[in-house]
Amino acid sequence: MKTIKSLIILIALSVGITSCSDENENPMPVTENPLEAYNLTSSFEANGHMLELYSEKEVLTTGYNELYLQIKDLSTGEYIPNATITWNPVMHMTEMSHSCPKSEISVTEEKTVYKGFIVFQMASNTDEYWELNLEYSFGGTTYTISETIEVNAPADGKKTVNVFMGADDTRYVLAMMPLAPEVAINNLSAVLFKMESMMSFSIVEDYTITIDPRMPGMGNHSSPNNEDLTYDAATGNYTGKLSFTMTGYWKINLMLLNTNDEILKGESVTEENESSSLYFEIEF
Amino acid sequence: MKTIHSSGKWFGSLGNIIMLVLGLSLWLMSSQKVQAQEPIMAQTMDSILPIDLKEVIVISSFNRGIEHKSQPNPLSTLDEYLESSKKISMVKRGAYAWDPMLNDMTSERLSITIDGMRIFGACTDKMDPITSYVDVSNLSDVQVKSGQQGAQHGNVIGGAIDMHLEKSNFKPLGWTATVETGYETNNTSQIVGGELNYSDENFYLDTDIIYRKAENYTAGGREEVAFSQYEKYNLSANTGYKISDDQKLLASFIFDEARDVGYPALPMDVSLARAFIGSLSWVQSNFIGNLENWESKLYANTITHIMDDSQRPNVPIRMDMPGWSDTYGFYSQAKLSFGNHRFMGKIDGFYNRSLAEMTMYPNKPNEQEMFMLTWPDVRTLNTGLYLQDKINLNDGVLKLATRLAYQSFQVADDFGLNSLRIFYPEMDQRQTRTLKSVSALYHKQFKKWHLNGGVAYGDRAPSVSEGFGFYLFNSFDNHDYIGDPNLKNEKALETQIKVTLPLDNLELGLEGNYFHARDYIVGEIDPALNEMTIGADGVKVYTNLKYANLYNVSMDMEYKFTPELNWSGRVSYHRGTDHNGRNLPFISPVDYRSQLSYAHESFSGSVTLSGAMDQTNFSPTFGEDHTPGYALLFLSFGKTFSLGGNTLYVKAGVENLFDTYYSTYSDWNNIPRMGRNFFMTLSYAIN
Repeated sequence: MKTIKSLIILIALSVGITSCSDENENPMPVTENPLEAYNLTSSFEANGHMLELYSEKEVLTTGYNELYLQIKDLSTGEYIPNATITWNPVMHMTEMSHSCPKSEISVTEEKTVYKGFIVFQMASNTDEYWELNLEYSFGGTTYTISETIEVNAPADGKKTVNVFMGADDTRYVLAMMPLAPEVAINNLSAVLFKMESMMSFSIVEDYTITIDPRMPGMGNHSSPNNEDLTYDAATGNYTGKLSFTMTGYWKINLMLLNTNDEILKGESVTEENESSSLYFEIEF
Repeated sequence: MKTIHSSGKWFGSLGNIIMLVLGLSLWLMSSQKVQAQEPIMAQTMDSILPIDLKEVIVISSFNRGIEHKSQPNPLSTLDEYLESSKKISMVKRGAYAWDPMLNDMTSERLSITIDGMRIFGACTDKMDPITSYVDVSNLSDVQVKSGQQGAQHGNVIGGAIDMHLEKSNFKPLGWTATVETGYETNNTSQIVGGELNYSDENFYLDTDIIYRKAENYTAGGREEVAFSQYEKYNLSANTGYKISDDQKLLASFIFDEARDVGYPALPMDVSLARAFIGSLSWVQSNFIGNLENWESKLYANTITHIMDDSQRPNVPIRMDMPGWSDTYGFYSQAKLSFGNHRFMGKIDGFYNRSLAEMTMYPNKPNEQEMFMLTWPDVRTLNTGLYLQDKINLNDGVLKLATRLAYQSFQVADDFGLNSLRIFYPEMDQRQTRTLKSVSALYHKQFKKWHLNGGVAYGDRAPSVSEGFGFYLFNSFDNHDYIGDPNLKNEKALETQIKVTLPLDNLELGLEGNYFHARDYIVGEIDPALNEMTIGADGVKVYTNLKYANLYNVSMDMEYKFTPELNWSGRVSYHRGTDHNGRNLPFISPVDYRSQLSYAHESFSGSVTLSGAMDQTNFSPTFGEDHTPGYALLFLSFGKTFSLGGNTLYVKAGVENLFDTYYSTYSDWNNIPRMGRNFFMTLSYAIN
């Protein structure tokens, strides 16, 4: 009997050693301020209101910026819900001015928070600056405001926006949407705009953007199971799959194809041609 | 690719001639000796029933077993002991840590254990086989069981290699000590070792230590092989305590550490390979009812393996590849006898954690490091039941055995899981498999002939690399390998036959086995994938081949001219092909070994000839090319001196006497083997 007991103990012990559990509990923090997780990049005072511009990033940078707006009534301290807002960023260059691709501004589920995006093609510098023109209305009154904003080059110097002339003599702006890269298959999204005029940009539909991620620092090898970016009519974005087999510096070589699959910009990566002229960069 | 020295070619053809002579003389002698009329005692390998088809390689230190002297170089590495055995051959990537093969199959198809303990190497490139974490100072013998005869130790296809630790085992010897030292000229290898043991009827404690340091070796023709140096030390302790007459508590511990190990055949070296191996056992002669010889063991081991290229002058990119492997396990077994049945039952289990990383340092200093998990923290849990019955029949002995095991894999690291899901988006984090083995072996004595024949079926799960490896670079075929978690189990149907004829002064043996392996796992090129390693030719993904066939045939003989003078020889032939008739890699050409040994009183000496014929059935898809034949000659002499009650044993000799430049079929990237090497060992035993 004793031996049975010791046998059982022995097995129990070994099972005890071998069983392991790995529980990750990560409770969501409760926040009062709906934009607490974001960075206040600018605030403008006008018309007795304070307009607050929030971004996921710490500052406004070239490329795709997802932005959040709030309008505070300075007399009551209340945030104003359900306002209608339009915006128009304008780059004042030394010899000309132009706008940039941007979305409509919509009210989020939090009625006092408004959301949209702007794709800045270039950074501000000492001689050239961006001006944000805002027009907002609520309670039957329309207000306007114009303020200079600072747009920075990305701190890591990585390219996430391409401004180029296509083979069809059209100027395009292609910007990568924010991506938290992982060694995995990532969902890659981008926006593609056509420059109609200096002040007008329109979304391009139903083109294809091929992707070929490469590691120039490691023999320019690629990764498997990527999916080209295709147009998603529901969101107006181009979406695809981008796989990274390791961390480090990746160059996402791109080619822009129109609806007839004609290459408008970019080149295939081959032994002789290390990279495309159209690309994004990601380092992590 | 290979530039064999002209003398190598010459010895290759000499080898063929010697082969012929050897074969002829074997045949002549057998025809003479069959006529001998004296009754002969059946030579048995097992004291009860002579049925286990296993080879025992004796390693035991010289003052414990006289067999020690049969090894020409007693302080040679364990690898060299194993290589001199009948069944094992070694894949070599340098001078250190050779990878054992049994029936032309390597570790993923074998069970390699130390006193029954499962241990798994921590290197994704097989640079640390389990045999590299023990040394000759630890071991008394190594048991080699072919095919499913090794199922007692685990789920295997090729067989099992179980290394037995040397133990005083309650012999009333009191204090004993040995000091041993050796020197080899070729790579200025220095070996220092010693053991200190105490043993009485109730308690024993054995301790030993060994240190080896070797510089680069030179191949035949004085060509230095760069990055072939190594340094290692190993210490171990074994202890036993008798709680009562039939209850024993045993414990063992091994620490092994190698540093600065060069792998000339590979693009990387090892700065550290370290193992802690420990166990606790309970042995009881009587168990419940009629069960007896109850033995239970709990064990744990942990391995750290650091691969890097810091010593290499020119590399396209610097990288570190550390790996870790921890295993916890147990087994409990007992025997039962009734009538003409001898039962043995065993339950066992292990849990292994395998993790390996790769960090590449970009040449541009401001770029981020490139990091990947090459083994994504795979947790393997295996629990099994093994049953065996040896039945004494009127006209023979039948051995039946079966193993049933449950194995699960879990990819514990999310980073690694997501990495693999790039290839297998639907892959589960956890998977389970059931593994089976059945075997029957029959022994019959027919006049003077001993006949052993058996059939068996077994399967195995994929190894961690085969199932979950992520861009593992194989420098042999120059491809990156990707594992496949959806691989089917590999299965093998196996038959083996052995005929021995022990006569007066002559013993002849013929042995053969055949494996028909279904879903045989190998890497196949996937042209759609892009290699990661700079300079690699492509990517291979592990796949199940429809089937593969392997067979091995060997013939051996031993002839005693006089009680002192002994001649032994063996020849073996191997073949392996897949379902398309394509050659499998690492299949030995015809190889042979012949030894003439003399031992009289305190003197011993031996002449050994070993070699191989041309390798004509090689596998170009795996990066193999034609390996020319070769023949080597070894000489050794030993003498024992008595010094005031203590013993001094001196052994000296020369390996590769003619300084032949050669490499074998199993030398990674055709790396040349060691040229002429003089060695001398001194062993001093204090009794």
